[in-house]
Amino acid sequence: MTEPIGALPGNAVAGAAASRPAGDTLEDTALSHRLEEAARPGVMAVPPRPTGQGLAAWARWAWRTLTSMRTAVLLLLALALAAVPGSLLPQRGVAFDPGAVTRFLADNPVVGPWLDRLGFFEVYSSPWFAAIYLLLMVSMTGCVLPRAARLWQSARAEPPRAPTNLARLDDHRRATVAAERAQILQAAASHLRARRFRVVVEDDSVRAEKGYLREAGNLVFHLSLLVLLFGVAIGSLFGFEGRVIVVEGASFTNTRLQYDEFTPGPLTDAEGLSPFSVTLDDFTARFETAGPQRGSARDFQADLTVLRTPGGAAEKVTVEVNHPLQVEGTKMFLTGHGYAPVVSVTDGRGQTVFSGPVVFVPFDGNLSSEGVIKVPDGQPTQLGFEGFFLPTASVDPAAGPRSLYPDLVDPQLLLTAYTGDLGLGDGAPQSVFRLDKTNLSQVMDGDEPFARALRPGESMTLPDGQGTLTFESVSRFANFQIAHDPGKELSLVAAVALLLGLTVSLAVRRRRVWVRVTAAAGGGGATVEAASYALTRREPVPGELSSLLAALPGAEPGGSGTSPHDRED
Amino acid sequence: MPTPNLLAELSDRLIYSAIAVYALAMLAYAYQAARRSHPVPEDAPRLEAVAAGAHAAVRDPQPPTAGARPAIRDAAARRTERIAAALTTLAFALHLAGVVSRGLAAGRVPWGNMYEFTTAATLAATSAYLVFLRRRQPVRDLGVWVLALVTLCLGLAVTVLYTPAGDLVPALNSYWLVIHVAAAIIAGGVFTVGAAATGLYLLRRRADARDAGGQATRGYAGRLPAAATLERLAHTAHLFAFPVWTFAVLAGAIWAEDSWGRYWGWDPKETWAFITWVLYAAYLHAQSTAGWRGRKAGWLALAGYAAFWFNFVGVNLFITGLHSYAGV
Repeated sequence: MTEPIGALPGNAVAGAAASRPAGDTLEDTALSHRLEEAARPGVMAVPPRPTGQGLAAWARWAWRTLTSMRTAVLLLLALALAAVPGSLLPQRGVAFDPGAVTRFLADNPVVGPWLDRLGFFEVYSSPWFAAIYLLLMVSMTGCVLPRAARLWQSARAEPPRAPTNLARLDDHRRATVAAERAQILQAAASHLRARRFRVVVEDDSVRAEKGYLREAGNLVFHLSLLVLLFGVAIGSLFGFEGRVIVVEGASFTNTRLQYDEFTPGPLTDAEGLSPFSVTLDDFTARFETAGPQRGSARDFQADLTVLRTPGGAAEKVTVEVNHPLQVEGTKMFLTGHGYAPVVSVTDGRGQTVFSGPVVFVPFDGNLSSEGVIKVPDGQPTQLGFEGFFLPTASVDPAAGPRSLYPDLVDPQLLLTAYTGDLGLGDGAPQSVFRLDKTNLSQVMDGDEPFARALRPGESMTLPDGQGTLTFESVSRFANFQIAHDPGKELSLVAAVALLLGLTVSLAVRRRRVWVRVTAAAGGGGATVEAASYALTRREPVPGELSSLLAALPGAEPGGSGTSPHDRED
Repeated sequence: MPTPNLLAELSDRLIYSAIAVYALAMLAYAYQAARRSHPVPEDAPRLEAVAAGAHAAVRDPQPPTAGARPAIRDAAARRTERIAAALTTLAFALHLAGVVSRGLAAGRVPWGNMYEFTTAATLAATSAYLVFLRRRQPVRDLGVWVLALVTLCLGLAVTVLYTPAGDLVPALNSYWLVIHVAAAIIAGGVFTVGAAATGLYLLRRRADARDAGGQATRGYAGRLPAAATLERLAHTAHLFAFPVWTFAVLAGAIWAEDSWGRYWGWDPKETWAFITWVLYAAYLHAQSTAGWRGRKAGWLALAGYAAFWFNFVGVNLFITGLHSYAGV
């Protein structure tokens, strides 16, 4: 019968399940329990309370509880839950937006500090998160290593004896065969051997087992998780991550001081960084010019001149998104870009006291950017400028100055000016993107603050001869992320092993097959019983027993029996 | 060779047609589910079993003389089901053509933004369903739910998420887009079948528990396949999808290393991929733990599926992270 199974309401399994003793699942019969425990004794739920007295008994109980499967499930659940807050709250060091935690603390003055104390802004390096995954790793190791020992034993042991009542197994067939017992057993054994079962032939029966690879795969999977964690640990102990902004024409040398932001691990040799240097010769960006996605980025390219070693040969390299520069174990990635207006400033004495590009930080998709220009050498007073750079300018009365398009269509520099003390003298570190206005006073134009919009080539003169600023031209800058992770090769190997182990352990079905021959009632031939038992929670291989019975000498096609999972009979 | 614009327009129309046919198929499945009688044991000929009242009497309080009616209803239900399967296959063909023409129109893989990901992931869900159906797995009762989800998602895709065919942002310009996202899509499709089977398993199991308390199950849950069958089906689906999902996460890590210089940075997308993975791992472990097998394991699988969806919808729309680039 080959009618689609879908056409049969309830289908074959309903009938089979009804004939079984009531219970949770198919495995709940006493026989299955015995077989299952023989196969995976480590997979117990929770061990009984210690019966003996003393510390040793309790320690043994604690260890068994920790390495039990139920604990593993609970720990996995805890790990999943513990990972959630880190994706909803801003995180230090891992966040997309570095200022997010500070802003969150300012916005939530009551809850914020408590969340901070409990580690909610550094979830993935917090003690409680570490506790969960370390316990999980210990639990896993304690479960898997004894299992490895048992695998080794069972791989050398013979398949176990047939249970007395084969009819109680998952899949069972009976057939009458017109042949001698020895002949039948030989045929069954060679059939099973050809299918790479491990086979033992006895007087009246054959026992066979296959699928040890499943256990091996399982073992490899769990052990690779440990190796992966080790690789991650090496990376975060010895590696580093840094960010730097490089303007067109400028250079960067890979030493700690030249980074805008540098995050080393606890054991990183920060003085022994790979001594390469790069110059950003040119940066090109291409954007969608029409259609609904107008303004979307299409292509970024940074043309670099690289010296892999100091005094080495100069080399032209192009770095793009997804195509980093690699120097030894250090990689340099293009992560963003923006504009640096080139300005020159003369002070009250008429001397040029500043000249060069100034990085303005983009804050929207059309690269509307904001920034400050600090002129500490100005006389008689220091000068500070604050404002916007817009690659395609538009001043919307409601939204304020905004760029309409990310490329340079109508670049404008909108600035206000300050005089006084920039506060750089006391040596306290301050942001290059912000003015410390404590000792500055805003330059006024009558009653209004002095403000001007400049196009390239235009100048503005401050009132009372305090100085002039000329917007010379526009350069681009590129953001680079530089990273070194000495553990990543190990992690990659572990990840590949993990995937292979997992696939093998889920794809291979470990199972046992028994064949028993008895003299047929009424003489003439023999009765063959074949049964199989799956040691994994998967249905037996469809048709395995039918093809076994069909291969016996003098067999009639088919054979009858309970076969809940074969779909072809 | 048709121009890209023509292809894009063709793709849109094919997707709209697929939605219409999916809706019809879903209705056919719903009708079939409503018409079908309670299951009878498979080993006895259907008419006799009902007439003798041996098994059916327990479940079905109808007098034995009325036994012929369920059989006629079953025949009608089977016909409806064949119609539903044919409609599903037709909708799948339209859907597939829509996704392929979208790819041709854009000149790249058709999963570069949220609209395209939705059309491709729902295609994977239908394919997974059809593959299970072809392999004679007892998925028939999942049909109405899988198709309801597919129809709903496609409807949202064309109304809310729609983005015209175009080039990719530079961050997505990598062959890892093909590998990583394809694996995520395939895993998502098979997880969908797994989740539908798990949901029905939990329903059926609850009905069985009531049965044991002396209340015969009437209504929808009583007509579902046996709990053991549904559980096995769900397990098979998850066993396939879990390694694929593992691969998707690992491929994503390799791409992240290539793109951002670190293979794991707890970006929200990565975090929720991890949460999904851990929940499904918990499900697989729970399946061999006494006390967790069955009901609790089922809820873990559903939690994993919810995390998968949150990663796609919630993380894309509500959380800012490195994976926010494709627009909507």
